[in-house]
Amino acid sequence: MASSTQPRSAPTPGDVPVKIRLRNLTKSFETPSGTVTALDNVSLDIAEGCFFMIVGPSGCGKTTLLRILANLETATSGSIEISAPAENRPGNSMVFQGDSLFPWMTVWDNASYGLRLRHVPKTQIKEVVGHYLDRTGLTRFAHSYPHQLSGGMRQRVSIARAFANDPDILLMDEPFSALDEQNKLLLQEELLRIWEETRKTVLFITHSVDEAVTLGDRVMVMTAQPGRAKEIADVPFERPRSVLELRSRPAYGEFVYSIWGQLRDEVQRARARDLGETKA
Amino acid sequence: MSTPPNVIQAARLKKGFDRGRRDRLISIASPLILLLIWEIAARAGLIDQRFFPAPSKIFMTFLKLAGNGELWSNTWTTLVRLFWGTLVGGIPGLLLGVAIGLSRPLRAVVDPLVSATYPVPKSAIFPLLLLICGLGEASKIAMVAIGVFYPVLINTATGVLEINKIYLDVGRNYGANRWQVFSTIALPGAVPHIMSGIKLGLGLGLMLIAIAEMIGSKSGLGYMIWNAWELLSVEQMYVGLLVIAFLGFVLSTILTEIERKLVPWKTTR
Repeated sequence: MASSTQPRSAPTPGDVPVKIRLRNLTKSFETPSGTVTALDNVSLDIAEGCFFMIVGPSGCGKTTLLRILANLETATSGSIEISAPAENRPGNSMVFQGDSLFPWMTVWDNASYGLRLRHVPKTQIKEVVGHYLDRTGLTRFAHSYPHQLSGGMRQRVSIARAFANDPDILLMDEPFSALDEQNKLLLQEELLRIWEETRKTVLFITHSVDEAVTLGDRVMVMTAQPGRAKEIADVPFERPRSVLELRSRPAYGEFVYSIWGQLRDEVQRARARDLGETKA
Repeated sequence: MSTPPNVIQAARLKKGFDRGRRDRLISIASPLILLLIWEIAARAGLIDQRFFPAPSKIFMTFLKLAGNGELWSNTWTTLVRLFWGTLVGGIPGLLLGVAIGLSRPLRAVVDPLVSATYPVPKSAIFPLLLLICGLGEASKIAMVAIGVFYPVLINTATGVLEINKIYLDVGRNYGANRWQVFSTIALPGAVPHIMSGIKLGLGLGLMLIAIAEMIGSKSGLGYMIWNAWELLSVEQMYVGLLVIAFLGFVLSTILTEIERKLVPWKTTR
């Protein structure tokens, strides 16, 4: 996709080492009605420190892709290369879609979960978790249980849990999709602010083009089932970004429109498929 | 002049409060009234005193048995058996329950065994236990253990199976090893079910210990009740029944309290 400004802070495979390299990644499921191909020959390079967004119609296998990278599922064929994490930090941490906080743990225990599993020294846990609870405005709620918090607060804890674990790669599976518009905006701002501190490699899945363009360095549009990489575009906006200011720019609107153009066909195809299935 | 709305509300609140107090009074008074009717009916000869002695006579027997220490030693004996039986049956039930909740192959092995042995009336096994363990404490403890084992096992397994899969995904993604999955996810997630398993198990254990003590023991509350039958001392029988009922009530109250402490995330503050 041609853009007038050179993406200064959007790393491309040319000048930054590649963090994740996918080659011909395919995943198919056996179902009673036959084999369903969720991912079809996805090849992709993601540069280190890149905030990589994946948009696609529902059921295009984007969550499957993330779950394979998170080691929660295995690919049917193809290869994944992930460069070894620095020091002895974990490879990746996932922010799940929907409620994934342990209801039996307090906010503090949830946020420190990864560090506690790795037996990180107590003083370090205190420092790191304290920092991220502070950054997400949760310090006051450290000893609350998830059921006492609103949906937005709970998703903040999920984000704090992932960041506190200090992984090499962050995997985010539509973390804001269940939130209302105002909360979504606030959390996007917060996520950008926290991410700026470390600039970890992020793989973020969304069905919202707005979210993709607002947060990402690169946006990949996926095709409807079977999921393939249709288009990868560099987001031409500099960082740090302010969500509202960015969205007020004419260039932002144009860019979102061009991505939408790519996505629209796929959404319609997915719709046609769903309607066909209900008829059959 | 019309009444201001907050006065109406206050009146309504007061009425609600009065109603709550009235209900509490009724629930305290009703058993007392029943006892009173019983007492009067027994004294008036309206009911057969050989089967339904007057509450006052039962109370006198209670004082007598409590005074000579017989009641306390029997209660203590039963409690000790109940305690060991619960540990011996509950801990394996809990561990095995978590294990079969987490492991599909193990579930395939254990499930049919449980289904086959569970319907056997536990009391019917007691003669076998007497043969195996002898007349000593072991047979009574084993009886309670069997009673506690099944409900704890089945409830724990259900509890673990009902844990949302996403929590196990989180554990895997954050690198939890087997022990950590057990201790941070499976066990705490299943605690509400485990607690109801323990409650059920204790209730069953109390029933079984009474039976076991009637048949194969010279001590305990079950023995005390059986002995009362042999002596035709109906009052003593009632004392035994009341103490067992009271034990059941106290144990379940304690467990409910423990549950509240262990599961703060199920109660809204």
